Amino acid sequence: MNTEEKMALAGRVAADVPEGAYLNLGIGLPTLVANHLGGEEKEVILHTENGVLGRWTDAPEGEQDPDLINAGKVPIKLLPGAAFFHHADSFSMMRGGHLDICVLGAFQVSASGDLANWHTGDPQAVPAVGGAMDLAIGARQTFVMMDHVDREGNPKIVSELTYPPTGLGCVTRIYTNIGTFETSPDGSKVKALYIAPGLTQEQVQRQTGVEIDFSLNKTHGE
Amino acid sequence: MINKQISDPGEAISRIKDGNTIAIGGFGGAGSPNVLIDTLITRSDAKNLTIVSNNAGQNEEGIAALLKAGKVSKIVCSFPRMKNAWVFEELYRRGKLELELVPQGNLAERLRARGAGIGAFFTPTGYGTVLAEGKETREIEGVHYVLEHPIKVDVALIKAKAADRFGNLTYNKTARNFGPVMAMAADITIVEVSDVVAAGELDPEAVVTPGIYVDHFFKV
Repeated sequence: MNTEEKMALAGRVAADVPEGAYLNLGIGLPTLVANHLGGEEKEVILHTENGVLGRWTDAPEGEQDPDLINAGKVPIKLLPGAAFFHHADSFSMMRGGHLDICVLGAFQVSASGDLANWHTGDPQAVPAVGGAMDLAIGARQTFVMMDHVDREGNPKIVSELTYPPTGLGCVTRIYTNIGTFETSPDGSKVKALYIAPGLTQEQVQRQTGVEIDFSLNKTHGE
Repeated sequence: MINKQISDPGEAISRIKDGNTIAIGGFGGAGSPNVLIDTLITRSDAKNLTIVSNNAGQNEEGIAALLKAGKVSKIVCSFPRMKNAWVFEELYRRGKLELELVPQGNLAERLRARGAGIGAFFTPTGYGTVLAEGKETREIEGVHYVLEHPIKVDVALIKAKAADRFGNLTYNKTARNFGPVMAMAADITIVEVSDVVAAGELDPEAVVTPGIYVDHFFKV
């Protein structure tokens, strides 16, 4: 995805976040969603695993405080009404099902909502998990934002993961550069909620590793 | 704009349904949400409630008044035997009120576990006692533990000192007691506060219960 496509994808995710939602944005692509939120017309409360609930922006040059950062280690500037807490409280909040939505990146997602986003399975790779497993299973809804296919053109929406799982049955919705899809508990198919203009159903199906149910498909925002 | 302040607690209280489990804050009188309890008595038809609370009320105030109103079938509690707890005693002796007696630390931790998404936990408290009878046990590094389960709470009624429009709360002295863990444990948390402050007036370092755990608050 180029920058423009990434911003459009982030905008599609943000449009589906209701006012008053408690939202955690994973590092990488999901952090872009914050650029489409904010403003008094739709207030959303952000959660970051390192201990803040509230609303914030990236801290401008000159106002950066090394002790005030988000999960991506980026300095932030708080708006009024925030709260700090320690790490165990932060992860209690996630695991206890209090966050409405968490948005994560992914290597693969299965039709039943299994998520792989922490490890490629390459034995040479240095593993790191961080908060990924807690986030995956904790929120009421887990959204994934990712490219529809990998660098080799292989589908990232699959019938069964080939990468090591981060969590099972946890992803409810998948946003990619070419569409928005809902997972299904039985893993038989995904339901398309949106496909990008100019693409046929066949073109989308060909890039997807599971059967797509197009019966719900509608143009986003209509 | 997010604003969790309500002017009429009766509407929020009407979300309580027959058979619900209601956690009520307070340790003795400190932190007891008496206005919310009175609203529950006068404005709700819900029956067969289970109350989770440290005490069972005194005289005919607070939880004692709720018990007297005949809305409660069970109480989960650590210390119902207080001075002037005659309402509880009378119902209990007549077999009109089921009591689940829980050691106080287990009560707090079972609420916290519910809020924190913990499926069950091992605690040494109560091992070998009548309060652990029939419960799973395990010896870990030479210490005996009892497996305790979370308490599922439908609605929490608590009292705090100050709230901003996001529902961030601070408490007053020892009136904090069970408020934070009950707010975490409940599906719906309703709070009575004495002060409402503008967003930003509560120091983010000093917020005790973040607004994520609060659904409605109103000023008494």
